[in-house]
Amino acid sequence: MDVPILKQGDYLIVSIQSALADVDLMKLQDSLVKQVGIFHSHGVVIDIAALDVIDSFSTRTLQNISHMINLRGAYVVVVGIQADVAFAMVQMGLTLKNVKTALDLEEGIAILEQARKKVETDGV
Amino acid sequence: MAYEEKRVVIDTDSDVVAARQEGRVMAIQAGFSGSDIAIIATAISEIARNIIEYADHGEIIINVSQKDNKQGIKIVAVDNGPGIQDISKAMQDGYSTSKGLGLGLPGAKRLMDDFEIISQIGKGTKITMKKWVR
Repeated sequence: MDVPILKQGDYLIVSIQSALADVDLMKLQDSLVKQVGIFHSHGVVIDIAALDVIDSFSTRTLQNISHMINLRGAYVVVVGIQADVAFAMVQMGLTLKNVKTALDLEEGIAILEQARKKVETDGV
Repeated sequence: MAYEEKRVVIDTDSDVVAARQEGRVMAIQAGFSGSDIAIIATAISEIARNIIEYADHGEIIINVSQKDNKQGIKIVAVDNGPGIQDISKAMQDGYSTSKGLGLGLPGAKRLMDDFEIISQIGKGTKITMKKWVR
């Protein structure tokens, strides 16, 4: 099952609609890293509110996606981790190290906007 | 009340998704709610993926379990894979003979109340884990 990637201005919005098998997540990783280049995107929001399980594989893949996209010069914000899912992740000892998170899409985009303003003022 | 055991054959990674969905349904039937359901589904995900990574083929058997005055869920994962050479190592965080994070089995153990592995080299592995409704 392919995950839709929407282009909105300088950003890409990934809206995961249902539970994903490992293969689907890997496919998303590949196409997202490519599309950041194709569209010269400044940022990506990945909405994972529809995921009822975030296990060691999805944690690692989200971390990899974020790192790869950072290397391509864009920011990533993961949004929508459900309370129960967050609870299970902590209980299991999973962390999303170096991955920016926000509650929902709106806050995710606000973080990308801030990051961009900072780049414009600092020139870094 | 009688519960019907659920068996999910694990051959591909989409079977992992199917197993945790069955687990979620059974957890609700057993009386779990909220984060416990996510915890059970996550533990199933880890042991089901372990089957694919190390044994290619296996089965997850899920049922409601009762002990004393407690009710809970029992999940069994069986495979005829190569078996685990060193169980104590396999239960260490960060240890993996595959490409994983090495958090699967120790993570699943942390999520559940009871966790037991029986493994025979060349014959296969059986993991039994339980969680009780609080």
